[in-house]
Amino acid sequence: MRDPSPRAEFAAGAKAEVPVLFGVLPFGLIYGALALQAGIPPGAALAMSSVVLAGSAQFVGTQLFAAGAPGALIILTTFIVNLRHMLYSASVAPYLSRLGLRWKMLLAYLLTDEAYAMTITHYQQTGTPTPALPARGGAREDQRHWFFLGAGATLWTTWQVSTAIGLYVGARIPASWNLEFALPLTFVALVVPAVTDRATAAAAVAAGIVAVLAHGLALRLGLILAAVTGIGVGILTEWRTR
Amino acid sequence: MRYWLVILGMGLVTYALRLSAIPLYGRGDVPPAVRRALRFVPPAVLTALAAPAMLRPAGGVDLSLTNLHLVAGSVAALVAWKTRSALLTIAAGMAMLWALAAAAR
Repeated sequence: MRDPSPRAEFAAGAKAEVPVLFGVLPFGLIYGALALQAGIPPGAALAMSSVVLAGSAQFVGTQLFAAGAPGALIILTTFIVNLRHMLYSASVAPYLSRLGLRWKMLLAYLLTDEAYAMTITHYQQTGTPTPALPARGGAREDQRHWFFLGAGATLWTTWQVSTAIGLYVGARIPASWNLEFALPLTFVALVVPAVTDRATAAAAVAAGIVAVLAHGLALRLGLILAAVTGIGVGILTEWRTR
Repeated sequence: MRYWLVILGMGLVTYALRLSAIPLYGRGDVPPAVRRALRFVPPAVLTALAAPAMLRPAGGVDLSLTNLHLVAGSVAALVAWKTRSALLTIAAGMAMLWALAAAAR
């Protein structure tokens, strides 16, 4: 039986992120090392990890800084690379609707790929968006936002620490270890249980095919194209099988 | 100075995207079509994040058995299906990748 207290939820969220950290840590190290090579001052490179908090956007931004691209272009590119976060935002919004604005603003800041993946899985496995729970303050109030906070804070800390180490030693884990492969493996571990019927399976397969075919597109546009296609195919499949 | 301003701009657009739907939800009714679509966001996005690393590990699409990432990823998917454990899935996938790479050498 799941312990629904804030402390237990926070711990469960932190624990859920642990496998992901093996994949995130090398990325942070590499980012730190690359940012230095690109000529970004260490303080600014470190600040980017907490201000932006988005691995792929930081890598693309670093490349553009190194190429001497205008600031407006770097910001526009960041917007496009991070468009997928709008989908995450819409996806978690129903579960956060009962929270105060401060919680919403904090959790939105921590809404990374990895925190989203773990949190939405937890939400979907443990109940509906608006559970019929007693009024605020009751012992059985929905405390799952603490899971979100635990997952997000764990990821945030790892990202800052690994960036700092990458900046400091400028070194990297031997490429032959292939540690970055732990990240896609994490997404496999999450998507398999999320496929519960024909429609979700169709959504996953369609998104996978488009993502692979469109992987060469610039600015990670392939990812948003794949996600939108997958969602569309899922809706169509559900509609046709009804 | 330029770095700090641009980084601040990058952070602001990222935060705006992440926050976007969260404070708006509950103001007025969410169309049922949107609610239905949201169910498909996790399977679609997670597969889109994982698939290229398995099927295009070196750039080009590689569906052969010599694609070690694809074999290791398939084993990991099987473990995920049987165990539902993220840690076991990652351990199995990484172990498989290292074993195959050592055997291929």
